[in-house]
Amino acid sequence: MHGFANPARFLRLARVLTAPLLLLGLVLTGGALAYGLFAAPAERLQGDTVRILFIHVPTAWLGMGGWTAIALASLSELVWRHPLAGVAARAIAVPGAVFTAICLLTGSIWGRPAWGTWWVWDGRLTSMLVLLFLYLAYIALATATEREGASGRILAIFGLVGAVNIPIIHYSVLWWNSLHQAPSITMGKSAMAPEFLWPLLIALAGFSALFAGVVLARMRMILANLQTEARLRRMALES
Amino acid sequence: MREALDQWHFVIAAYAVGVAGTLAMAGWSWIAMRAAEQRRERSKEQ
Repeated sequence: MHGFANPARFLRLARVLTAPLLLLGLVLTGGALAYGLFAAPAERLQGDTVRILFIHVPTAWLGMGGWTAIALASLSELVWRHPLAGVAARAIAVPGAVFTAICLLTGSIWGRPAWGTWWVWDGRLTSMLVLLFLYLAYIALATATEREGASGRILAIFGLVGAVNIPIIHYSVLWWNSLHQAPSITMGKSAMAPEFLWPLLIALAGFSALFAGVVLARMRMILANLQTEARLRRMALES
Repeated sequence: MREALDQWHFVIAAYAVGVAGTLAMAGWSWIAMRAAEQRRERSKEQ
């Protein structure tokens, strides 16, 4: 992994991978969502609203996975001073926030016909909303530290501390009474019928590829901006 | 009496939010990356 700590080496790999990951993500996600919309059967209890599963669940997992990745990158930045770790954490924040927002919105839309309400202040929904606020605060802090030229240490600490919310989201449906159902898929086990499980896994692969492609694109953008600023500063000093 | 809800309205609304949000994010990130890399190339030429 430390081989990719070199930005030049990382950029060579990122240039090759960004577009294929985005294309693969579009194809897999498009296929899974088309199946969900036109071919998936209606479920016995939830009827046609079960089709929302193919968007809601992958975006929920990636919203939580995104912050887990931010925490790992922050740890790597603080402990090993990995030069690309801070860049990776900043690049993850926007897709993480967008997927968390999509999860909350699709969940709310699903809640109205399923539960008879758009929103309830229970453990799962509230902790997911807190995750969105954490992402927004992280993006604001990243923008401020970048503008002021401050150290990324505060941001990395914030990334680590915010990870406390991830197990709270995961276990919220077990710890507290909730309208939200308990997990249907746990390590190696699934209570889901195969006609829902397989397209869900394909949708998850597609959204993950899109997430990875967007993170690489944003890392390339941040590195290009840093290189441009460094060059302009050098030219200003020389003249 | 409970109002009758057409489930398909909710399904379509959820898909519209998910697809539009994902495509907008991917497109915006791609365009921002290309613009930043072009700015870097222009700065090299100066």
